[in-house]
Amino acid sequence: MSDFNIQIPTVAELTAKGEKPDVLFWVGCAGSFDDRYKKVTKAFVKILDKVGVKFAVLGEEETCTGDPARRAGNEFLFQMQAMANIQVLNGYEITKIVTACPHCFNTLKNEYPALGGDYEVVHHSTYLQELIDQGKVTAKEGDFKGKKITFHDSCYLGRANNIYEAPRKVLEILDAELVEMKRCKTNGLCCGAGGAQMFKEPENGKKDINIERTEEALDTGAEIIASGCPFCMTMMSDGVKNKEKEGQVVVKDLAELIAEAEDLI
Amino acid sequence: MSLLSQLFFLILLGVSAFFIGRRILQIRKNILLGKEEDRTDQPQRRLKTMLLVAFGQKKMFKRPIAAFLHLLIYVGFLLINLEVLEIVLDGLFGTHRLFAPLLGSFYPVLINFFEFLVVGVIFSCVVFLIRRHVLKISRFTKIEMKGWPTMDATLILVIELVLMVAILAMNGADQVLQTKAVAGYPVTGAFFFSSIFIPLFEPLSANTLIIIERVAWWGHIAGIFAFAYYITYSKHLHIFLAFPNTYFSNLKEKGEIKNMDNVTNEVKSMLGLPADPPPAEIPRFGAKDINDLSWKHLMDAYACTECGRCTDSCPANTTGKVLSPRTIMMKTRDRAEEVGESIRKGGAGLEDGKSLYGDYINKEELLACTTCNACVEACPITIDPLSIIIEMRRYMAMEESSTPQSWNAMFQNVETSFAPWKFPPTDRFNWAQDVKAKISDQ
Repeated sequence: MSDFNIQIPTVAELTAKGEKPDVLFWVGCAGSFDDRYKKVTKAFVKILDKVGVKFAVLGEEETCTGDPARRAGNEFLFQMQAMANIQVLNGYEITKIVTACPHCFNTLKNEYPALGGDYEVVHHSTYLQELIDQGKVTAKEGDFKGKKITFHDSCYLGRANNIYEAPRKVLEILDAELVEMKRCKTNGLCCGAGGAQMFKEPENGKKDINIERTEEALDTGAEIIASGCPFCMTMMSDGVKNKEKEGQVVVKDLAELIAEAEDLI
Repeated sequence: MSLLSQLFFLILLGVSAFFIGRRILQIRKNILLGKEEDRTDQPQRRLKTMLLVAFGQKKMFKRPIAAFLHLLIYVGFLLINLEVLEIVLDGLFGTHRLFAPLLGSFYPVLINFFEFLVVGVIFSCVVFLIRRHVLKISRFTKIEMKGWPTMDATLILVIELVLMVAILAMNGADQVLQTKAVAGYPVTGAFFFSSIFIPLFEPLSANTLIIIERVAWWGHIAGIFAFAYYITYSKHLHIFLAFPNTYFSNLKEKGEIKNMDNVTNEVKSMLGLPADPPPAEIPRFGAKDINDLSWKHLMDAYACTECGRCTDSCPANTTGKVLSPRTIMMKTRDRAEEVGESIRKGGAGLEDGKSLYGDYINKEELLACTTCNACVEACPITIDPLSIIIEMRRYMAMEESSTPQSWNAMFQNVETSFAPWKFPPTDRFNWAQDVKAKISDQ
C-alpha cells in the first residue's frame, strides 16, 4: 500500500533522539477517535509530510484541551485538563502548535496563556494558506473545475478568532466556484454543536440548528460543503443525510480537499 | 413677568436636575452591586473603540436601513442640543434668542440647519413607528417584547415626535411674530420648515401667537427635562451608556472565556503546585444573582436598548428554543433594578429569597446556548450576553451540580478517558497505523 510510507514521530520519540519538532500537530479528540475525522487527520499529516516540515504529535500523551468542560460550566475539569496539558507541552518546550480543530485552537491559543501555557497556535486553515503562499502546496488542475464549493464558517474560527479569509484562500486554489451562504463570515450561523452542545441533545425548538444551516448550504447549489472543524463536519454531514442529499452533496474538510487536489488521497 | 418666569424656570431646572441626578446615582449604585473587574487597560484602544462604535455608529451599519434612520435621530440628538442650550440660557436670563445678535447672519443658517435635523428626526420616528406597529418586524414582536417593552419604545418615539413638532411650532409662531413687529421678537430671517406653519398662524392675533410660542417653548424644554428623567427608567438609556459601555468593552478575542482565578488556586493546590493561601470566605463559583456578575455585566444590561439584533442572530432562538440573548439582558436589568430599589427602601435587597438564576432566567434558556458569539457580534454597542450565560452555567455546574446527564457523562469521560467520548486513551494514536511507515521498511 502506498500509504505505508509516512513518518509520524511523537514528541517523546524526537526528544529521545535529542531533537525537537518545528511544529506540534495537535490532533484533538475528534481527530484521534472519530472515524470520519480521522480521515482529516491523515490527510493533513500527508500534506505535512509532503512539504517536508519537521512535525510531531503527542500521540497517547495528548488529552482533551478541556474546551467542552469549560463551556458547559465545569471550570474545575477544564483547568485540570489545561494544567496537565500545559505541563506536558512546557516539558517538551513546545513553541508552535497547529491543529485542525477550531475548539482546540481557540482554547490553546486564547485560554492556556492565563494558566501558563504560551504557544504560537495556528489553525490548519491558516497553516495551509501559508504553505500555499510559499508555493509549497499547489493544486493539480481540473479535479474541482466547475464544481461549486461553499465554506461553512465555524464560530470558533470566525467570530471567536476573526479568521475568515484563510479558509477561503485555501479553497481558491482548487479552481472551483466558491459560493457563499446567505449567512457567512461575521454573520455565519453556528452548526449547533459549539458550547458543549455536541455532547447533549438540543433543547426543544422548531428545528435543529444543523438542519437550518444545512438548508442554507444546500440553497447555494454547492456540491461540496467545505468545513474546517470536526463538530461542523459531523453536524453538516448529519444535516445532509437528514435531507437525503448524501448522493449529491459531500462535506469535506479543507485538508482533505487540498490532499485530494495534490493527489495524496 | 420675566422675573417670575425666570424664577419658575430656575425651579424647573433645579427640580429636574435633582430627580435626574438622584436617579443617575441610583443606577450607578445598582451597577456597582456587581463584582470588580478591571477594564482600564489599553486606554487608547478603548477610546478608539468608543469613537468608532458609539460615536461613529460603526456596528449599526450591519443593517443599513435601520442604521440610516438611527443616524438621523442620533445626529439630531447631538446637534439640536445646541439649540437646547440657547433655550436653557434664555430661560435663565429671561432673554429671547440669546444667540441671534451674537451670531448675526449665521444664526438663521444654524436654525435652518437644526430644522433640517428636526425633520430628519420626525421622518425616522414615523418610519420606526411604522416598522414596529404596521410592518411588525419580527424582532420587535417577540415574546419578551410584550407589554411594557413595546410601550416603552412607542412612548419614546411619540415623545420625540412631540418635542420636534414643538420646535417647529415655536419657530413658526416666532416668525409670524417677527413680521408683526412684536416687541421681544427680533428679526432673524426665514426658517425653512417651520414656515409651513405661517399660513396657519398668520390670521391669529399677536397675543394668541405669543401664547402658542410660549406654550411650545415651555412644552419643548419641560418635555426635554421630563424625557431625560423618563430615560433613566427606560431602554432609551443607551443614548448615554453606549459611550462608557463601548469604552469598557471586552478587547480580547471573543473566543476566550475568562479564567476563574479562584479555581486556578484550588486546582494548583490539588496538583501540589505552589498556590496562594485559600481565601477565608469560600467564593461562589459562577453567578446565581447579580452580585456574582461583574459591574460590566450590569452596565451592559442598563445600556441595552432591546433592539433584538442579538436574538435575531442567535441560532438557538431562530430555531425556536427559549433562549433569547436580549431577554438575558432585560432580566439582568430588571433584577438589578429590583434589588437596588429594595436596598434604597431599606428592604431585603439581595436577600429577598429570589435570584437572577431561577427566578428570572431558567436553566433551559442557559443550556440552549452554543457559545457561538453571534449575539456579541450583532450588538451595536458591544454588549456581551454570552459571558453572563457562561457565568450562570458555571453556577449550575459547580454549585448546583445540575448539568444534564449527558454532560455529566462527558465530564466523566474527560476525567477518566481524557476525551469527551468514552474511548480508551491507549487507542488515541491508532489512527496513525494506516499512514505510518513500518519500522521494518526503513
